[in-house]
Amino acid sequence: MSPKTLYDKIWDAHVAHEADDGTCLLYIDRHLVHEVTSAQAFEGLRLAGRTVHAPEKTIAVPDHNVPTTLDRADPATMTPESRIQVEALDKNAKEFGVHYYPVSDVRQGIVHIVGPEQGWTLPGMTVVCGDSHTATHGAFGALAHGIGTSEVEHVLATQTLIQKKSKNMKVEITGKLKPGVTAKDITLAVIGETGTGGGTGYVIEYCGEAIRDLSMEGRMTVCNMAIEGGARAGLIAPDETTYAYVKGRPHAPKGAQFEAALDWWKTLFTDEDAHFDKVVTLKGEDIQPVVTWGTSPEDVLPITGVVPHPDDFEGGKVEAAKRSIEYMGLVPGQKLTDIEIDTVFIGSCTNGRIEDLRAVAEVVKGKKIKDGMRAMIVPGSGLVRAQAEEEGLAEIFEAAGFEWRMAGCSMCLAMNPDQLSEGERCAATSNRNFEGRQGYKGRTHLVSPGMAAAAALTGKLTDVRELV
Amino acid sequence: MNKFETFTGIAAPMPLVNIDTDMIIPKVFLKSIARTGFGKNLFDEMRFNRDGTEIEDFVLNKPQYRSSQILIAGDNFGCGSSREHAPWALEDFGIKVIVSTSFADIFFNNCFKNGMLPIVLPQEQVDILMKDAEKGENARMTVDLEAQEITTSDGDVISFDVDAFKKHCLLNGLDDIGLTLEKADSIKSFEDQAAQARPWV
Repeated sequence: MSPKTLYDKIWDAHVAHEADDGTCLLYIDRHLVHEVTSAQAFEGLRLAGRTVHAPEKTIAVPDHNVPTTLDRADPATMTPESRIQVEALDKNAKEFGVHYYPVSDVRQGIVHIVGPEQGWTLPGMTVVCGDSHTATHGAFGALAHGIGTSEVEHVLATQTLIQKKSKNMKVEITGKLKPGVTAKDITLAVIGETGTGGGTGYVIEYCGEAIRDLSMEGRMTVCNMAIEGGARAGLIAPDETTYAYVKGRPHAPKGAQFEAALDWWKTLFTDEDAHFDKVVTLKGEDIQPVVTWGTSPEDVLPITGVVPHPDDFEGGKVEAAKRSIEYMGLVPGQKLTDIEIDTVFIGSCTNGRIEDLRAVAEVVKGKKIKDGMRAMIVPGSGLVRAQAEEEGLAEIFEAAGFEWRMAGCSMCLAMNPDQLSEGERCAATSNRNFEGRQGYKGRTHLVSPGMAAAAALTGKLTDVRELV
Repeated sequence: MNKFETFTGIAAPMPLVNIDTDMIIPKVFLKSIARTGFGKNLFDEMRFNRDGTEIEDFVLNKPQYRSSQILIAGDNFGCGSSREHAPWALEDFGIKVIVSTSFADIFFNNCFKNGMLPIVLPQEQVDILMKDAEKGENARMTVDLEAQEITTSDGDVISFDVDAFKKHCLLNGLDDIGLTLEKADSIKSFEDQAAQARPWV
């Protein structure tokens, strides 16, 4: 048998039908659903008189629209349109009998944080969701990717997706990371290297010592942004770190079933000599804390750098860089550490887990955020919030001057009231710095949690290594 | 889904690279639970001022491009979120075909589900079409999916590739779910076998 990649193995284990031209029906083990991209799909089922094929494999949670203020149990905290979407999900979840975590449930949170936390996401699974950051679940060695609403309807109705196989890409991060450098810096550095289209047509497997050394939280951060590099999915082979995280979760297998699962999970690695169509290698020790200067996640530079000049680029990127620099209100040659910040947002499916909050606490403990700074911390789930309170992190945040919020997507995409105003500049731990992403004419610099915390203290983009 | 038929239409040039789904349809417009009506907000922040007046120099606001049916776009069109609202907005505006050197994966798939055809061509050919599109309403291109050809206003013919299954679905306006349900037996037997092999799933 020819050697296989991890992606090949998971793919082969899920092909329910293959046509002569290679078009496959890929069986889906877990379908995650949120309120923004599902209403039209459930309506489609209703109009066609169809049911949900496997409600026991379908998990719904509202996250994009939900307010994150403490008074959110009051319906008046939501705009009428948001309320309609959340109520539609309430109704659809009940009517079609899928697993559901409503806003009032302590387990509610960002769908990509809730899935792993509850043990729905397991190694070797196929996981989809009507959200591009489904790539997050690849951290478990699960083939996970975002789909559109038509495909959401297709999965609801058939538990399969019509797919053609992607190509294999290997991203290896060798050696150790330097202090102050995190999973977020790895994933941004990779996109800086490959560009936002560099992964198009591929599934990426991240490997190498620096990846192995990461916790599950860090691995989720890395895979989360595979989509920002254009890849269909990101994967990390499961290992002892993965098994330890999964064991004991509410929906993970127990006892003999766990042992049986473990036997299979241990086969989920890329065989020696398996073929990759593209390989990118970075040295862990070369990666520095990074920040984005522009309006594409590929606009990445070490914090020690300066704003580039459009002429530094080639082709269509010249015009795009010019537009970005103008939109961001920057000057070529300006030191990144001279850029003043109005707002700090810590949270999202990229960096809203407990480890991220611990990293923030380490930087801000016993300190105060800069006067006039608007700074909010939005935990990724109600359980992350509870754990942070138990560990005393919430007290540290509040003493430093941060707002300590309820769980949701919040200012990552600003569909709820958490938004930037025109010209407001934000250091954010989220995943997209697109024009208008965090609010009309808002300006976003993507950073790691530690870097965001540092910016909150100094009021400027800051090298976190100088503060810890 | 409507069948994709050969048509001749105006092509608008949008050479900017990395046009993302937040540009195509900003999130404030994702709050509808319908599939229609997004065209009026297509490219909202590039197309309109905050007071609702049009930004004159945005391509689709120019008189010669207001009824464009084709977009000739820069690299990596449709990157970002999985929101199908992006192709819904383009389709509702009247766009049927988008040509670029590359598309983001999810956006690319979403187009086909809505009767739209994204076409990938090498840079040199995109450049030819971009130049042609810059001529305005005098540059009407013809897109023939059956023959897999674009004919420029000058009569030049450019061939393109398309996945055979996707082409078949577009030409016949086929509903994916209906097609898949014809394979219900395969799905059932896969489920039986998977339940044995991986009972914990």
